[in-house]
Parts: sequence; C-alpha cells; structure tokens
Amino acid sequence: MNEVSRNATVAESADTGRTFYTMLVSEGIKARLIAPSPLPPADVIELESGDWGRCGQQAGAQGWRWAGAWAEDRGSHLAMNAGLEKHGRYLILRTALPADNPALPSQAPHYWAADRVERHIQDLFGIRFIDHPDPKRWTRHRAWEETVHPLRKHFPADGTPSSPTPPDNDYPFLKAQGASVYEIPVGPVHAGIIEPGHFRFQAVGETVLHLEERLGYVHKGIEKIAEGRDPRGLVRLAGRVSGDTTVGHAWAACMAMERAAKVEIPSRAAYIRGLLAERERIGNHLLDLGALCNDVGFAAGYYQFGRLRELWLRENQALFGHRLMMDVLIPGGVTVDVSPETVRRMRDSAASLRRELDELLPILDANSSLEDRFLTTGVLSVDLASALGALGYVGRASGRSFDVRRDAPYPPYDRLNVRVPVETQGDVASRFWVRYKELRAGLRLIEQILTGLPPGDLSAQWQTPAENAEGLGAVEGWRGEILCYVRFGAHGRISRYYPRDPSIINWPALEKLVMGNIVPDFPVCNKSVNGSYSGHDL
Amino acid sequence: MAWLMAIFQTLLFIGLAPLLAGWIKRVKCRLQNRKAPSLFQPYRDLRKLYRKRPIVPHPASWIFRAAPYIVFASTVLAAATVPLVAIHLPTARVADVIVLVGFFALGRTFLVLAGMDIGTTFGGMGSSREMTISSLAEPAMLMAVFTLAMSAHTTNLSQAVNFVLDSGLVLRPSFVFAMGGLILVAIAETGRIPVDNPATHLELTMIHEAMILEYSGRWLALIEWASQIKLMLYGVLIANIFFPWGIAETFTLNALGMGLGMIVLKLAVLAVMLALSEVLFAKMRIFRVQEYLSFAYLLSVLGMLSHIILEAAR
Repeated sequence: MNEVSRNATVAESADTGRTFYTMLVSEGIKARLIAPSPLPPADVIELESGDWGRCGQQAGAQGWRWAGAWAEDRGSHLAMNAGLEKHGRYLILRTALPADNPALPSQAPHYWAADRVERHIQDLFGIRFIDHPDPKRWTRHRAWEETVHPLRKHFPADGTPSSPTPPDNDYPFLKAQGASVYEIPVGPVHAGIIEPGHFRFQAVGETVLHLEERLGYVHKGIEKIAEGRDPRGLVRLAGRVSGDTTVGHAWAACMAMERAAKVEIPSRAAYIRGLLAERERIGNHLLDLGALCNDVGFAAGYYQFGRLRELWLRENQALFGHRLMMDVLIPGGVTVDVSPETVRRMRDSAASLRRELDELLPILDANSSLEDRFLTTGVLSVDLASALGALGYVGRASGRSFDVRRDAPYPPYDRLNVRVPVETQGDVASRFWVRYKELRAGLRLIEQILTGLPPGDLSAQWQTPAENAEGLGAVEGWRGEILCYVRFGAHGRISRYYPRDPSIINWPALEKLVMGNIVPDFPVCNKSVNGSYSGHDL
Repeated sequence: MAWLMAIFQTLLFIGLAPLLAGWIKRVKCRLQNRKAPSLFQPYRDLRKLYRKRPIVPHPASWIFRAAPYIVFASTVLAAATVPLVAIHLPTARVADVIVLVGFFALGRTFLVLAGMDIGTTFGGMGSSREMTISSLAEPAMLMAVFTLAMSAHTTNLSQAVNFVLDSGLVLRPSFVFAMGGLILVAIAETGRIPVDNPATHLELTMIHEAMILEYSGRWLALIEWASQIKLMLYGVLIANIFFPWGIAETFTLNALGMGLGMIVLKLAVLAVMLALSEVLFAKMRIFRVQEYLSFAYLLSVLGMLSHIILEAAR
C-alpha cells in the first residue's frame, strides 16, 4: 500500500473510537471515553460491568474485531479489559468488578475468539462469565483448586508447595454417539519433537466428525512471575513466552513499556528491531514450509527448507550471538549493532536465499502429488476466518489482510513499504503459499531496512515511569498480531503483564477447518496453522 | 547339496535384507542432499533392538506375543520359495505363487490381529487401513501373477523363471503390463511412499507403523527385519521373473557367483528407482490408495487381455 492510500485509511477511520462511544451513548449504555487516553494510540472506553456483554454485541455489529482480553487485580477491585480493532485503530473497553464473587456478562456469545480467553481469566482470577456458551475450565488442569485464583495479588508469586499434579482425567470432552463412531485421543505426548497438547477426535471411518483441543499443558505462570520484575527482566521473560517468537514478544513488551514510560527509541534501534523481526519471520516460515512438506511425506522439500533455515539461523548466531536472537532487545532499544560488514553479509545471504528459493519454487509448484495433498485440505472459509478474527498467515490465507505493520504502523514500518499477500481459498495450499510470499516480502523489507538504516544511538536512556503507568504494545510477529499490556507498580517494577500471542486467537480455527477432513490429514492441517502451545498456555 | 543350497539361499535372503534397506536409505539420503548413514546401520539397529527387553502392554494377549514370531517365520518361509540366485532347487516343488501369497496373508493376519489386540486407537486404525489396502492389493497381485501363469502354463515360480529364460528375449506386452501392476502392488504392500511413509513420526498418518507402535525390543527387531525381508522379496520377485538373466541354472561355483552378482546388481538398480520415486512424490491422500490399487489391477487385467488377444493365438 502506498503512502497516499495509507493516510486515507487512517483519515477515514481516525474517529472510530469516538464514533463507537457516541453510538454506545445513543444506545443508552453508560460509557465514558477517557481523554486523554491512558493507552495511546488506543482509545479507552469505561463501562458499567453490567453492560459488558451488550457492548460486545454492539461492537460485533459495528464490525470491530475482538483482539483479546485481560483482567487485573487492583487490590480494592478487579479491572477487566477487552481489546478491539477496526481499520488499524485499537479500542480498549474497561470495567471494574468487585473483588468478591465477581461476575460479568460474557462477550463470547458475540465473539467466538473470546471463548477461551474468558475461560483463562475465569480460571486465573475467579471472574464468572454469565451466559458463557461453554464455561468449563480451560487453563486450569488439576494443579490448583477451583477456589484458588493464582493471578490475584494475595496468591504467592512462587506458588504453593508442589506435589506431582494429578492427571487431568475428568475434563468433560464432547462425546459423539452412534454406530461406528469412535474416539481418537492424541497427545499430549507426541512422537515428534513438538510441544504438548491433547486432541480428541470423534471420527467415523477416516472422516473427522469433531475435534476438541485441550491445551494448557505448558502453563508456566508467565503472567504471575512477571510481577515485580524490572523492565529488563520483563523483556527477558517476554522473549520466552514462545521461543520461536522471541523477537516478536520482546518487541511487544518493549513497546508497551516504552509507551508507558514515554521513552522514544532512537530511529536506528527501531530499524534494527525491524531487521531482527523480519529475520525471525523468514527463519520460521522456512521451517514451516519444510515441515508442511514433511507432513505429507515429501521429504525432499523438508530437507531443502531445513537446510536453508539452518544456514539462516547460523547467520543469526554469527551476527547477533544467538540462533533465535534471544535477549537482543532491551527496553529503550537494542543491544546489537549492524556494522557495514554485517550489512554486506546480510545482503549476500538474502540474495543467495532468493536464488535458492527461485530454484525450489518450480519444483514445488510443479509437483502434482504435493498439490494433491495441499489443495482443498483443511479449508477455513473466509466467513469463519472473519468471525474468528483469524490472524497472520491463517487469516491472510482466508481473505483477511490485516497486518499491524501496514494497518497500525510503528517504527520502522511507518517508513517502509509493507506488502501483505492475501489468498482466499483458505486451504493448506493457501497457507503454504501465503507463507512463501510473506517470506519473499520479508526479504524485500530487509533490503529496505538495510538501505534506509539511519545512524544514531542503539538505545535511549530508560526513564522510570510513574506508579500505575500503563502501556499497550501491538506488533506483527511472524504468526500475526501480538498484543501486550503492561502496568507498572512502585519503583518502576512490573505490576501486570499480559502477552496475547496470535495463537490464542488462531487455535480454535483448527477445530473448525479439520472438520470433514480425513484423520490422516490432521497433521498437515495442524502444521498449516502451527499455533504455539507455549504462547497460548502462558 | 541341493538342500544345502536351498537353505543357504534362504539365509542369504535373511542376511541381505537389511543391507538392501541400508542401500535404499543411502540412495535416498544422497538424493536429498544429506549425509547417509553407513550401509550397515540397519544391522546395528537390529542388534540394538535385539538386546533390549520388549515391553508388553497390560491388555496384551498371546496374539501380541506370538505375532512377531509368526510374522518373521512366515516371511522367511515365503523367502524360501522365491528363487534368489538359483532355480531348480528342491524348494521349487512348493515354490508356488499361491503359496507365497498365502504366507504373506498369514503374517499380515497376525500383524493386524496384534494391532487390535492391545486395544489402542492407533493399532486399530492401522489394522483397518492395512486390511483395506491389502484387500485391494491382493487381487491385483494375483491377477498379475495369473498373467504370467498363462504364458508359462504354471504358477510355480521356479518353472516360470525357467520358461522366461528358455524363451529368450521376447517382448511380451502382457509381461510389461503385469510388471507395472506388480510394481505398484509391491510399493503398496511394503508400505513405501506414496502409499505409506516408513519414516514418519505422525501416528495419525501411519498404516504399517501404527499396527506395530506398541512393539519394542527384540519383537520390534523381528517385525522390522521381516518387513525388510518382504521388501527384498518383492524386489527379487520383480527382478527374477521379468529379468531372470544371470540366475544360476546349475550349482557350479561360477554360475552361483554370477547369480549372486546379478541379483545384487538388479536389486541395487530397483532400489535406486524406488528411492527416486520416494524423493519425487509426496504421500497420497489415503483414499487415493484405492484408485492407485485399482490402477494396478487394471494393468494386470490389461496384461491378461493382451496375453489372450496377442499372444495366446501363437
């Protein structure tokens, strides 16, 4: 999108937060638009808790995308937040709840994506969601009791004395009944080197009738252990929310903290962050493209992409000291610099990657056996993707072009030309090719960044923000939009951290897109979505 | 002497099968730009597995315990009927194709039962898929074999090989079709790409591997070894029926040496072709397998028709 049309989009949508507020008031909903916004550039609207569900309904009708929700223990009361997005403008709905026996009308009837996020909040804060379509536990397995709410402030940060957690064996899975219907439990321990998650299939013959996901096996209490950290410590933690998105999450956390502390990062630091993020995107897409080939038994593709990714990661190690580029972002900037020698090496490697991809592309494109497995497999319709608000390559393969880098641009992307590939078939093939095109777009962005890399400092002086300062970060990770909320407590320490990985939104898409497919096609469907378990479970 | 030869040939079968598996793996690795493991890696794997104690799942019955031995024994017996380096062996009397198919069916039956015996979903799933595939593969194989039988007027493998040798280099359209059918069946029956993926870790996509997921230790070694022998067996079948030249007709050292050298060469070439196709193709969607096997059947029927129309009149 060029400069003119981007400005046009921003102009026509500049007041959508205010428009929504006016609409709410005209509907007779008591709302308050907080000015100036405590979470710029997002608008914040305060509501009565009883209007929470109704407000969700209105937002859905107005075409706002539901982007996430998080609660917070403010001592005297609980605060509840929901993030919405439309045309690249973010809007935060906010309400207060009593600390004792809190209940809130659910937004899940109006937003499919809210289902698990609200259940996560219910398990960790004890907020009851009224009219929730499926209020059973989610993140809580059996490590803590239903009456215990680990994210309340009085819950000890190092948890309670642990004994081995009993197996989670009474989760009420949906059961299918009838002749020749059978159940396939898969996981949480898998044969490959992947994260743990449980999939419960109901099948007839080889056809999947229903799939239910059960996640939460890698719940690490990230939100809890973030409390009391210093900014640098939080970025280290954020870099481990999901290991493959270390730059993405670290950037989102940095952005949230920098906005809270009103620290402006040097332009050079922003460019280097962009460089690191694009390198992360390319490395992960290379891995996924190969893995998709492997899951349909096309080992040649797997090894070729695997080789390219390995070379890419080795260069990360050589240039930035870590294969996945962990801990190179700090609040206020970055720790790594880009020398002219580095620029030259990156240009060379980008050129050689391009060359190799050009060689590989016709092989993949002309392979009819590969096409036969990918095409029409695991279709996520445009309607479903839009109802869910699917993010990243999952959304872009089903006609949703939203990309934070283009639609809510942050430095350095506000000065770069971001191309967003979109397909509309919604099948595995679409997700495969969207990844491929994003990879090529990433290479172009790296070229733009290297060309436009401004001189200057690597980081700005950190300023300790006032108590209760809060910030919202939104970046485009390789899986899609990452949202991050940070509130500071006393002495510049973190009081609340909530990272919303795109996987949290995208996981439910898998349950839908696998329906009617055959059981042996599930692995490739799963890989085509490739949700992060760790990023989801937190 | 002849009996000794027959036993020696069977032992050769058992002994060389892992080498063939190693060779295929090596060729595949090279084609995928990877460093290949040693040719003898399959032997080391078998030795490693053989030293390990098998873990038996609680609900396992005698079928689960007996299946590895039955599978291995039936495969070895099947191997004993197929001429490897020489024909006119005493085992030739029972070297009937129908017997061969019967031995395969016996082993498969027990493997399928063992897959279901322990009551895991994957085992049952694998067994069901295996039966679906074999119920389609067996008619195609028999049809291909009958085409040969009509030319050679026998279902005896040894005599069939002899017939092809005696009639010299003649292009028979029926044989070309039958070979096509038999190759497709062989790929399906030995669980290779594009029907099954022997290298996958994804339980939901497995066929053969799903049935044997619960096996470990020396029982797993026996089953692995049996499938290596089976793979070689199909290779030998194709090589020796359609290109029998070089096989020993007398038991002189020269003839036998020649026979051994030729079969090794033929198998090596077939293995390269298999590896090449495995590198070039992705695995089929499972419901495509029936189309694939129907095609194999069609080829075999065409072989038979072309025999009746073009060749039988002569």
